[in-house]
Formats: sequence, C-alpha cells, structure tokens
Amino acid sequence: MDRSIAVWGGAALALVVLMALPLGWLAWLSVSGEHGATLANYREAFGDPALQKALWNTLVLAFWVGLVSVAIGAPLAWLTARTDVPARGLIRGLVLASFVTPPFLGAFAWVMLAGPNAGVLNTLWRSLTSADAPLLNIFTMPGLVFVVSIYTFPYVYIMVANTLALIASDLEEAAAILGAGRLAVARTITLPMVLPALASGFILAVLQALALFGSPAILALPAGFHTITTQIWSLFQFPPKTEQAAAFSFPLLLATALLLQIQKRVLGRRGFAAVGGKGGQRRTIPLGPWRWPALLACLAIMSTAIFLPYGVLAKAAFARAWAQPLTRENFTLGNFTFTFFEYGSTRDAIVNTLELAVLTACIGAAMVALLSYVANRRLVVGHQLVGFLALAPVVVPGVVLAVGLFIAYTRPPFVLYGTLWILFLAYLTKEMPVGYAQADSTFRAIPADLEDAGRVLGAGRLRILREITAPLAKSGIIAAWCFIFIGVIRELSASILLFTPRTKVMSVVIFDLKEEGQFGAISVLGLVMLVLTFGVVAVVQAALGRDVLGARR
Amino acid sequence: MSRRTTGLAVAIVIVLVAALAGGGAAQTAPTASPHLEAAKKEGKVVWYTSLVLPSAEKVAKLFETTYPDIKVEVHRTGSQRILQRVMQELSANIKNVDVIHTSDAGHYVLLKEKKLLAKYTPAGVEKFPAGFKDKDGYYYGLRATVNAIFYNTKAVTAADAPKRWKDLLDPKWKGKMVTAHPGYSGVIATHVLALVHLHGWDYFKALAQNKLMIVQSANDPTTVVSSGERVVAVDGGEYSAYQLKKKGNPIEIVYPKEGVPLVVSPTAITAFAPHPNAARLFTDFIFTRELQQVMADSEGLYTGHPEVTYPADKPKLNDLKLLTVTPEELEKRNDEIKKHFVEFFGA
Repeated sequence: MDRSIAVWGGAALALVVLMALPLGWLAWLSVSGEHGATLANYREAFGDPALQKALWNTLVLAFWVGLVSVAIGAPLAWLTARTDVPARGLIRGLVLASFVTPPFLGAFAWVMLAGPNAGVLNTLWRSLTSADAPLLNIFTMPGLVFVVSIYTFPYVYIMVANTLALIASDLEEAAAILGAGRLAVARTITLPMVLPALASGFILAVLQALALFGSPAILALPAGFHTITTQIWSLFQFPPKTEQAAAFSFPLLLATALLLQIQKRVLGRRGFAAVGGKGGQRRTIPLGPWRWPALLACLAIMSTAIFLPYGVLAKAAFARAWAQPLTRENFTLGNFTFTFFEYGSTRDAIVNTLELAVLTACIGAAMVALLSYVANRRLVVGHQLVGFLALAPVVVPGVVLAVGLFIAYTRPPFVLYGTLWILFLAYLTKEMPVGYAQADSTFRAIPADLEDAGRVLGAGRLRILREITAPLAKSGIIAAWCFIFIGVIRELSASILLFTPRTKVMSVVIFDLKEEGQFGAISVLGLVMLVLTFGVVAVVQAALGRDVLGARR
Repeated sequence: MSRRTTGLAVAIVIVLVAALAGGGAAQTAPTASPHLEAAKKEGKVVWYTSLVLPSAEKVAKLFETTYPDIKVEVHRTGSQRILQRVMQELSANIKNVDVIHTSDAGHYVLLKEKKLLAKYTPAGVEKFPAGFKDKDGYYYGLRATVNAIFYNTKAVTAADAPKRWKDLLDPKWKGKMVTAHPGYSGVIATHVLALVHLHGWDYFKALAQNKLMIVQSANDPTTVVSSGERVVAVDGGEYSAYQLKKKGNPIEIVYPKEGVPLVVSPTAITAFAPHPNAARLFTDFIFTRELQQVMADSEGLYTGHPEVTYPADKPKLNDLKLLTVTPEELEKRNDEIKKHFVEFFGA
C-alpha cells in the first residue's frame, strides 16, 4: 500500500508539472479578460478573417497530407511486406531515413530544389526544355503538402506494413480457392483487414501535419499564407497577444484529442482477431515483369525524400552560391569555418541540444521503464491509469504545449523561462508517449512466468528485477532512450517559443539562420544534425537487432 | 597578488603591442578607457544586434582582439524579434542583455519611455549629425543604410530595370519580386513608413497585386535576387547588396530619384545591464573612428562619423535624396505598419 502512495505521489507531481499547470494556465488565460472571465479572446481570435484563413489552410494541409501519405505509404508497405520486389531492405532503410529526417530540414532543402526560379530542379528543367514556366513551385499549398507528406508517410507505412506482416495469407488463399479473382481477393479480404491500419495511419499523418511548425514557416510564409501553428507563433510578436494565442490553441488541442479517439475506435472495433495470430503462412506475391518497374517507382519516391534533399544540402554546404553549379570557383570550406569558428551561437547550440537530449532521454527512459513495469506487472492500485497518463501528452501539439509552458513558467511560483529546464519539461512531455509505447511493448513481450519461476526459486523482487527482467528489457529500454533522443534533437515547434538567446538549440539556430537567408551555415548545421540522428539510429538498430520500423530482420 | 601583477603585465604588453603594431582597429589604446578595469572584472558583454550576422561577428572579433579579456556574446536576429526577446525576458524577470542594437528607432522611444535604457554618451559622438543623436542622450546611431531597389543583372538589363518605386507596380513584374517583412526587420518597418509618406498605403496595396515572395530579414531580398529566385527586390538594406556585389554576385542597385528611405540604427545600453562597464567600453569601441571606418569599408554601411571616408563606388549620402521618419512616429505607427502589411501581403 505504501508503495502505491509513493508511485502515485510521484506520478501526480509529474502530471501537475508537465500537463496540469501548463494546460490549466492555458485554459485560464484564454478566458481571462481585464474584468474577469470572458469569451472575448475567442471572439477576437475566431472573428479575425486572417486567423480564420489560417484555420482553413491548416485543415486543407492536414487533410491532403493524410491522403497523400496513404497514397505513398500503403503501396510501399504492400510492396515490401508482401511482394518479391528487389532490394526490400534498402527500401525499408530509406523509409526509416525519411522517418527520422527533421521535416524542417527537408522543407529547407526543397526551397533549394524547387524554388520556382533558382531551384536546382527548375533550372535543370528550363535548360532541358527551354520552357519559361517552372516545373515545380514549392511555395504553394500543393508544394507544402508534398514536402510534408514525404516525411509523414512513414506513419502510414509502419501501420500498414506491420499489419500486413501479421495477416496470414490463408484467408486470401481460401478466397482464391473458392474462385475469387485477384482483384476480388484484394477487395474483399486484404483491404478490409488492413483498413483499420490505413485509417489509423491516415489519422496519424493528419495529426503530424496539424502540429507541424517548421515546414509551413519555411514554405507557406514566403507565399503569403499562415497555418495555425505559424499564426500562434506570430501572435507572440511584440506586443504579445498571449490570450489570443491561448484561445487559438484550443481548436488544435481538441482536434487532436478527437482524432485520436477516432483512431482508437477504428483500431479497436475490428481487425485484431484476424491480425493477432502469428501462426499462418505469409505468401510472397510474385510481381513477375513488374519487379523492376516497382523498385524504380519506390526509389523515385524515396529520392524526393532522401537523395535529392540530402544532396542539395551537401552541395550548399560546400558552395559559395548555392544556386550556381559546384565549380572550382564556387567551391568553399568557408561555410564550415564560419559555422564552427566564427558564428558564436553554434557551439552553445550544439552543447545545449546534446545536454537536453541526453538528459531528457535518460530521465525519460528511466520514467517510462518504471511506469510501464509498474503498469504491466500491476504493482499498484489503479495501474491502468498509469499507462493512460503516460500516453496523454500525445494529444498536446508542440506549439500548444509551448504556449502553456510559457504562460505557466514565466510567472511565480516557478520561473523556468530562460533556463534549459523549461525546454526539458517540454521535451519530456512531448516524448513521453513515444518512449512509453516502446517500453510498454518491451515489458509486454517479457512473460511474467520467467519472473514467477525466479520467485518460486526464492529470489526477492529486486534480485529478479536485476537478474531476469533488466537483462531482458535492456535493449527495449535502450531503444526508448534513442527514440526520445532523436525526438529531442529535431524538436522545433515547442522550442521556437521557449528559447532565450542563452538557451538556443540547434533547430532554433537553423530557423534563425533561415530567417536571415544564411543558406551555407544552415546546410552545415543540417548535416551535423543528420549525422547525429543517424548515429543514434545505428545504436538503436544494434540494440534491438532489428530495424526501428518494427519488423524482425 | 601575483595574479594581479600578471594581469598588469599582460595589459602593458598588450598596450605596447598595440602601439607598436600601430594599425587596424587595435589602435585605440585600451588603457585610455576609464571603464576598462571594471569591464575586465565583468568579463563579457551581451549584445543583441540586428546587424547582419557575419558583420556582427566581425565587430565582436575586433573588440575581442582589442580587449582579449572581455568576450562579446552576439545574439543576432531581426529588430522586431530583438524587442520581443527583451520584453519576454523582462516579463520573466530575466536580465540578460547589456547592449541593444536594432534598426527600428521607434524601439528606443518605447524602451526609453519604459525606463529600460541607461543614459550614456559614447566618446566622440558630439560631432555626429543630429539624425544620429537622441536629444536626451540615451541612444545614438551606430550605422545607417538606405533601402533601394535591387535587380539580378543576368535576368534584367539596366534599361529594363525599375527606376522608380512606382515602376514596381508594373504587372510585368508579377511573381518576380521579393520583399522583406516589417514584422521582422526594422529596416523594412522604416522603409514602409517612409514610402507611406511618399505614396500612401495605396502603393503597398497595389504592390501586393504583383504576388511577391515574402522573406523576413532585410538582408534576405538581396540574397534571393542574387540567387535568381526572384529578379527584383522591392526593398532591403543596401549594404548587404553592396557586399554581395563586391563578392561577384549578379546584383545591381537602383536608387530611385524620388528618394530612398534612410535607416539609422541606434544602439543603447540597458538600464538593467548585468555588465554595465563592459557595455560602456563596447559602446565606446563601436563609435571609434577605426570601427566606424571598418563598417564603411568592408560592410558598405554609412555612419554618422564625420571623418569616415567611403568607398569610391558608393554614392555619398549627401548626393542621395533621403526620406526620413522620426523615431516617435515609427513607434506610434508600428502596429499599423505590421497590420496593413499582413493584410495586403497575406502573412
């Protein structure tokens, strides 16, 4: 009983600091006026045509990103999970790379690729066709949808690929034996079984697009339109309209909560009975003459997410003028010397980012390990609630969380603004659900009977923990650590409201440089960020013995 | 005891080296300043600046070369972001910044009114022209630039290039122009107000019909034009275009005959400066003739210093018709400027 009190005390405290205080302040400020409670902030926010437009733009963006992500992610998942398309490992690796690429870096790279006039692809197009009009204009809504989608479709991919890998082929074969044609099988058997995965992947993609700040800021603002996130951010310009920002945050919060609820329904209603078993055979579908065209199509899609953007970043890092060919005159190491030796913010930002990433990952991994252990082994009264609370922050988009944290921690009793701690709180809250999901699946996979066996043989709980559970859970917890780490180094949407000049992190520095148009330095820092990310991904793969996306090797 | 002796010896050596070297920015004898000893104890000065990043880092480096014991912490962002930073920090009772330098003179009216500035008159500014001096002695113009029209010489011939502000309203430039943002840049806020005086808000309403690309910093329209992403910039700091041109980028500057908006960027020490002596030393340093000359030579800026000479390929400030706005009006109409701009241009 006393153990329960300790656990619940700790959890309650964490909940108050991480969620209740920021969101409570957010709610309060959104209805506070000079003369007590009022709805004036909501009226002002939602009556403003500019803000209405931002709201509409966000809906358009999120919806299309969901659709395009499904259109890319689902076929890719089917190809790699069910067919004999060549180089499946490579394709999975590339999807993983797209999954961990910071979206704002991708958006920035696409400015250099498909800016309507100087963009590398458009220059090439013009020289090939002597056309006048650009091939692509990235500073448009379709451009934004495209760039966001190529880094969001992995959510759909993961859901669908993992489901396909679990569905046995026997139902499909039974249908085929009963005389159904290939299309009929796909329509009546396969599609209904992956439908929950598709729908939930679609919802995840929509959620990502709703909460994104960097890509709209880089692509939509130059084109003269806002989304909710960029609009909330600009409400903080002097003189700040914090109350309106708070009021404007709520639709985002509600939309997220609602969509997650729908996703849960969709996943819960059906599918798992057929999907759960591991018994059946999964037959590989031969593509025949379509093998190589299919591979080419996959590579073409992945080149838009990986090869082209990474290539143009690398080029810009070594170029004096990014829009010119990389000739001997245009080649320089100056961007590197400037970034590392002359630009004073670089070192601090890298140090801050690493400090925060390591700290958040360590404390976060310890917390999720403890919480998921407690929940899985039912060690306290109300253990079901533990998981719910740990996953709850998933409904809070980064910008909204940041607005809440900013309001809560710029005033007594806790003034954390100006320190790394406010960023730490933001990151810990934001990454908690991802880490918890990973740790939870780890403990679920460790059967309690091993521990019971130890018990029977007379070992105490601590000894069992040390000698049985910990060694088995180790790799899963390391993976949770790495997920949190990667999440922290790419975080922009909360950081952009919470940093001070003392507490800049890499993503914020890159955004600062973007506003000034310092392409060379951004490219250098972007490469550093990618190297860090992939270094950590390598560690996860080694720890798990499988790739991060979820299938065994 | 011995540490102090060493410190003294180092100081003497520095003075000697500086005197012997007899050139460059290090010429100002460090011992000349009454703030030096106290500044050394403070060890650093925190500078929020809107000067373009490479130039700001250069100024910091020159200061650190002259005063090796005192570091300059440079935080560069747009003028409006700096004001936002300062006010946000103060709302959480954070006192971080020593010296504030933005291109929106209106900020200083506001900051002075809120009693956030310290009175300080750097040595030598009494000879500066009136437009560079606050009558109450709180802030002084560190540098100046003008807004002009810029075009890409590979895409536009000199004959075709726009000559006057209203030429930019020609539909032939539709989708081909770029502007920076008054909600980010003080240079642009000043520019917008000056042109509102000249042509009224209708000018911007009409300009927006040409579907401009919108960037943030006043240094960015020029980089966008030199990259060829857009062929004409409708505003921007002329000094960044000058630097780009010097480096061989295909960019040319047009100074419209109706006048060019002059932007004088003030600097001031905060009333709450955590390193007040270092702040004074730094402020004295950036107003020395040597440093002001560096800004004119390599950065392409104008200054208020009467003895500074300018590169031969730059027009004299006196030869240009200058459009000026007062800091007071800029302060008063800041919200109106941002609001109308967003209304016309969309973001």
